[in-house]
Amino acid sequence: MKILVPIKQVPDTATQVKIAADAKGIDTTGITWIVSPYDEYAVEEALRIKEKRGQGEVVAVTLGPERAKEALRSCLAMGADRALHLRDPAWENADSLTVARALAAAIKQEAPQLVLFGRQAIDDDMGAVPAQVADLLGWPCASWIMEETISEDGKSVRAGRQVEGALEIFTIPLPCVLSAQKGLNEPRYPTLKGIMGAKKKEIKDVKAADLGQTADGAQLFVVALEALPPRPPGRIVPGEPAEAVKELVRSLREDAKAI
Amino acid sequence: MASAFWCIVEDDRAGRPKKVTGEVLGEGARLARQLGGQVEAVWLTDKATDEGLKQLAEWGAARVWLLENPALAPYRGEVWTPALAELAAAQTPQAIFGAVTARQRELLARLAARLGVGLAADSVAFSAQDGKLVATRPVYAGKLLSKVGWSKPPWLATLRPNVFRLEDPKTGAAPQIERPAVAISQGTMTLAERKEEASTGLPELTEADIVVSGGRGMKGPENFVILEELAKVVGAAVGASRAAVDAGWRPHRFQIGQTGRTISPKLYLGFGISGAIQHLAGMRTSKIIVAVNKDPEAPIFKVADFGIVGDLFEVVPLLTQEFKRLLEK
Repeated sequence: MKILVPIKQVPDTATQVKIAADAKGIDTTGITWIVSPYDEYAVEEALRIKEKRGQGEVVAVTLGPERAKEALRSCLAMGADRALHLRDPAWENADSLTVARALAAAIKQEAPQLVLFGRQAIDDDMGAVPAQVADLLGWPCASWIMEETISEDGKSVRAGRQVEGALEIFTIPLPCVLSAQKGLNEPRYPTLKGIMGAKKKEIKDVKAADLGQTADGAQLFVVALEALPPRPPGRIVPGEPAEAVKELVRSLREDAKAI
Repeated sequence: MASAFWCIVEDDRAGRPKKVTGEVLGEGARLARQLGGQVEAVWLTDKATDEGLKQLAEWGAARVWLLENPALAPYRGEVWTPALAELAAAQTPQAIFGAVTARQRELLARLAARLGVGLAADSVAFSAQDGKLVATRPVYAGKLLSKVGWSKPPWLATLRPNVFRLEDPKTGAAPQIERPAVAISQGTMTLAERKEEASTGLPELTEADIVVSGGRGMKGPENFVILEELAKVVGAAVGASRAAVDAGWRPHRFQIGQTGRTISPKLYLGFGISGAIQHLAGMRTSKIIVAVNKDPEAPIFKVADFGIVGDLFEVVPLLTQEFKRLLEK
């Protein structure tokens, strides 16, 4: 079974992000980059499916600048077999839909039985691409899955999606799109052998023209990126616990009208 | 015809719209007044109720587009999207809004791909600039705000629950119901089982007006009972930080933060939570933040409106008592 895992390179959560001079994006100098955490659940799950079935291929794919190769390398070190790097000036200001179209075109060429995403990338937190790819391909999808089992004949998957107050378990014919929620698994750390081996694995560069894609312009554009408005300074309620609690509850009731 | 601001109805799967739909309709109505147009509800369901339809009218929906079909339950993107896309192609609304819920965040993404338009997911504010809509959405773990615009309509967006206000109810308003003829497919995925989460008897985390949350300072799973007691008194949901979830003290569905749920309650009370960026990402838009921590340097105090530097094991029972006294009055 061939499984394709689209991933994204994002700034580490703990990294300070600064707004770039054009106020449309972030200043990328000095940023530590990581594979978006949800994508690691997707890679891990794909590897587990391959291991359980005793055969198959896991292909990592990303759309991004040259540095994004490091993220693909991390996935190869975890155990992915090969990688695709979608990189082209046509995709420079890509919005979710542009990325989804490029990925859908790459998926059509690769023809995997399953596409496993992370539920969202933790930079722009849009979380739209998995469902958009499914729609462009005309495939069913289940978002925020907490568990999955591929049927023995490899024709369908039982996947549990997290909804408010419940887990809904669907039987879905393959091919389909799934997106991983935290809790699906515990991603492995790459071994030294894996890291060494990753250097020899293929990362294929793919241009927009290779996928029949043109620069069709983003449908959603950034008007401005802004710092958070400062929160009004808070108040430490002084005194012994009993006193402080009384004063806190009074403030919540009378000043903040929060209760 | 006036341009329409559509709001997709989120219901309780039993024919009653949820409060978040009132919030989406409220914001839709305000934007329609500003930009010209009217707010309308679009309800995809297996079974609507009269009471639910009336509720939508009272929340301000000038019209309700009702797609009622057994194949629409449970929600499946592959079934809902083409139906909604067909209706949108025929009616050309100016905007289509949904709520950030499990099904609508997926639905609106699929719909944006189908219609070839932009989607502003998880929006927390809107403004009108030169007759066009601009959405504000938190990015980079809520450290920055991104203002986004659309190249063409319909403007698609999902709205974070508990952020937008309901309009004053139009008491007694009668719904104007349209039942358009739209093809509904049978779909390919089938529901095998629905596992309900063990009920806590407390509100759902993302819907609660008050959230009580515990972190590493709780010291162990057994101590969350004191937070549950407090929560019961004030009608709150109980959440947890990643540290508490990763330690196995609480199930993941209760995690607040970047790799958990995003909440925006009226009142958030955090106990023994340091306030790592990853946690702040999930609760920063709460209206009032209260923090209790032994460490006066804990970063959570930087975002808190009220703080108590002290031992949570002393403070929580006292708070429970004090709230009980207040609410019994």
